[in-house]
Amino acid sequence: MRIGVTIFPGSNCDRDALYAVERIGAEPVELWHADADLKGVDAVIVPGGFSYGDYLRPGAIARFARVMAPLEDFARSGGPTLGVCNGFQVLTEAHLLPGALLRNTHMRFVCRRVRVRVETTRTPWTSSCEPEEELELPVAHNEGNYFADAATLTVLEDEDRVVLRYLDNPNGSANDIAGICSEGRNVVGIMPHPERVSDSTLGSEEGLRILRSVLVGARV
Amino acid sequence: MKIRVLVRPKAGILDPQGEAVRSALPALGFHGVRTVHVGRLIEMELETADEVDAMCRRLLANPTIEDYKWEVVG
Repeated sequence: MRIGVTIFPGSNCDRDALYAVERIGAEPVELWHADADLKGVDAVIVPGGFSYGDYLRPGAIARFARVMAPLEDFARSGGPTLGVCNGFQVLTEAHLLPGALLRNTHMRFVCRRVRVRVETTRTPWTSSCEPEEELELPVAHNEGNYFADAATLTVLEDEDRVVLRYLDNPNGSANDIAGICSEGRNVVGIMPHPERVSDSTLGSEEGLRILRSVLVGARV
Repeated sequence: MKIRVLVRPKAGILDPQGEAVRSALPALGFHGVRTVHVGRLIEMELETADEVDAMCRRLLANPTIEDYKWEVVG
């Protein structure tokens, strides 16, 4: 399996994501922001960082990068797509996921490990997790406070589209949401960084529980 | 033509930035400030204002969380 990782100016988790793709035994493919196609990859990760310096709003400029046009087609036609942190922000700005990520309620950048519960295994990025499995994953963000209007939150809950939920909410996120998926379930956005815990040398490889799922495919 | 766009957090949406400013003011001896909201001011020089609304909806504001208004200022 070939997994693409988008690289925008200011992305800073792209190398980690490419390494994590190698760790799960897939072939990593760099997707430059100015690329006009996705090089035939089978899945895409939009990594964390500060694309375009977070100018205007996190993800607002990256959302119009050239590579986003083929990425949107890929995502809308069912291609497995994972946005991590800034990648999650990019996917909401691109309307591939509902809602938005607001500034953390406490106005501080939060950088630590948090515990999350896998709320659904019916996505290509959680299909090899156990139902209600608890994971410890790093977060590092200033705008991780998930917001959606009440009607959207109800839809997300009713349709089993909350993917990860914080056990100890670090940012004020609505309904303790740490990650959600699209209506088609193939597009997933999460604030925690699975790629940062993909090697036991660095303390943990719990992130591989998430990333390996894409090899299995969605159990929808 | 000069255009000034004002982008603000939607009413009712938590504005941590405004709240942080509000809580900092009394510490400086400024009392009686009930609410503070922090927005963004964007000034543009352009030929025509025809597409300003589209610019606001597509890029300058995020309609999910922000309201915008714009005016011609010169």
